[in-house]
Amino acid sequence: MHMSETTVQMSHGSGGQMMKRLIDEVFLDAFGAPELHAGNDAGVAELPATGRIALSTDTFVVTPQFFPGGDIGRLAVSGTVNDVATSGARVRYLSCGFVLEEGYPLADLKRICASMASTAQEAGVAIITGDTKVVGRGKADGIFINTAGVGEVPEGVTLSGSSCQPGDVILVSGTMGDHGIAILSTREGLSFTTDIASDAAPLNQLVAAVLEAAPHARCFRDPTRGGLASTLNEFAQASGVDIELDEAAVPVDAQVRAACDMLGYDPLQVANEGKMVAVVPADEASASLAAMRASRYGGQAAIVGSVVEARRAGSPCVRVRTAWGAERVLNMVVGEQLPRIC
Amino acid sequence: MSGLSAVGTGTARFDLGAFRDPELVRSLIARIQRTAGEREINLMEVCGTHTMSIGRYGFRSVMPTGLRLLSGPGCPVCVTANGDIDRAIALSRIPGVTITTFGDMVRVPGSASSLAREKAAGRDIRVVYSPRDAIELASREPQREVVFLGVGFETTTPAIAASILEACARGVDNFSVLSMHKTTPPALRAIVNDPETAIDGFILPGHVSTITGLAPFRFLAEEYGIPGVVTGFEPVDILEGIALLIDMIERGAPAIENAYRRGACDEGNQTARQIAERVFEPCDATWRGLGVLPASGMRIRARYSRFDACERFAVEIEPTQEPRGCRCGDVLRGAIAPSSCPLFDTACTPEHPVGPCMVSSEGSCAAYHTYRI
Repeated sequence: MHMSETTVQMSHGSGGQMMKRLIDEVFLDAFGAPELHAGNDAGVAELPATGRIALSTDTFVVTPQFFPGGDIGRLAVSGTVNDVATSGARVRYLSCGFVLEEGYPLADLKRICASMASTAQEAGVAIITGDTKVVGRGKADGIFINTAGVGEVPEGVTLSGSSCQPGDVILVSGTMGDHGIAILSTREGLSFTTDIASDAAPLNQLVAAVLEAAPHARCFRDPTRGGLASTLNEFAQASGVDIELDEAAVPVDAQVRAACDMLGYDPLQVANEGKMVAVVPADEASASLAAMRASRYGGQAAIVGSVVEARRAGSPCVRVRTAWGAERVLNMVVGEQLPRIC
Repeated sequence: MSGLSAVGTGTARFDLGAFRDPELVRSLIARIQRTAGEREINLMEVCGTHTMSIGRYGFRSVMPTGLRLLSGPGCPVCVTANGDIDRAIALSRIPGVTITTFGDMVRVPGSASSLAREKAAGRDIRVVYSPRDAIELASREPQREVVFLGVGFETTTPAIAASILEACARGVDNFSVLSMHKTTPPALRAIVNDPETAIDGFILPGHVSTITGLAPFRFLAEEYGIPGVVTGFEPVDILEGIALLIDMIERGAPAIENAYRRGACDEGNQTARQIAERVFEPCDATWRGLGVLPASGMRIRARYSRFDACERFAVEIEPTQEPRGCRCGDVLRGAIAPSSCPLFDTACTPEHPVGPCMVSSEGSCAAYHTYRI
């Protein structure tokens, strides 16, 4: 690329020479997959035949694009890898589509692509196809990224949020609320500083390890926007059961707790990007916990609650038991707690 | 690291762990159950943060059966009269005016609209976290008239007063405040005079008392024989406040006590009060649910009238209409619990609020909805 080009221009999306250079010098340079380098419209790759695939897509619009613990690129790879992984599938390939705003610094784009490449490598997945569009200044906020992911679902694996049964045990893979507070701490108008870093991470290997330890696992979900509260309410609704959460058992970083106290948030309702919730039968709980803790992303995993019969049939809910034996209901967060966090 | 030491400049070190100690909390619950027995006791908290904390800690689920924890007029957004909301809406419609406000005000329905609806219609309405943000905005955009919506009790007033003094000193002339500030004691007097309510003790607001001290609340014990305890916000704080109230009720020895000494001293914060008094003076104010209470509002003194949005802009306000069926007023007086309102969780939910108590994060109805308490 010419030295004079330091920002994205409309012609980078034109389909002509400028676009080819952008693809060659930014995207192909960052992403090494041979399927991508073949230069065809579709990436063609091997997928072991099990008879079923899992496919998921997600779009990332977070602001700021670089934040403590990660960036929009790491988020775009981790988010989709985690969504596919919750099905129990072995995640293999990703696509990525970029919407770039005219004037976006190419250096930032390269940094984001390098981060996507290293996160993909960490997850053991390949980015095998992509797309780029450029829109005029003011028509987007710098960069938006869409990723889709695909993998094969092993035989016999059927996970669903509607499979929770009374007696099952709830696990989380680590501290709750880190991502939401990390993003918040960067926002204008809120001048507080913390060392809190986003937890954005690919969790496909963690899920695979738990599935091996708990062959009868009911479901996994990554508690992103809405936090643990939304995930557990979704499980309760889908399965027609109540969930009892032991508040003292839920790991929360001291700084996240302090920030939530100041701002009036409940850490159980704050977003995560590198945590997994698992529901497993009671007799597979301790093996699941050990598998989580053995993973590089699950050192602070904990058993946090259990599934019980719905107290009021037709009206399933999540109940929190406090450290002193009192009880409250945990609802989903209402409205928009923090805009554009992923 | 623990507590607030993790946040901010690193100089403040409060270890709140002891105020959350489960064993201590359990023993206080046991003490309250023992001393209250089967007796009918109505305690009222008059601070939105207490309302939310009591819900979040699940305390209503462990109180003795006869002990009721009622929520009073502690949410500043909730007690703001419809006419005042309508005035803010009318201001937002003036060309060239930018409204700056704390977030909770945006969704409160007025007679025929809300600031959220006006924003969607293209009015310039921005959420800020502090009045200083509004001053910065005004000095950055001198062609705009920046109006800050001042709501809040004694805790908030000094900060707003300081922002007016700052605007004055810096010559930021396109900044003004719509003052809807209120003071707590007149509302408590109205509640104890209300024949429909029977309060046996008040959990007094910790943050407000930080500024006011104890003196403005002494009339409760001296004139009405009702005890009050200035209370903090951690689990141990709140239970200690409740336990002290029950002790005083039991002994028939009403007094105003301070159980929040790490936050509020008995004399309050005289410097903050002086700043507020320089800029504001008492005036009659309309409260939702309580009507017009004498000397319960704070208006901007004539000396600073150029920072008074009421003086600066003449606006026509539409005839005030109360939302049909909404009983926020009765909720704010403690006459009914939120769940007794016919609209609660049916026509009125946090997603589609009819009244302000369901909008504000500190509103009683929002707390009852959130924690189903």
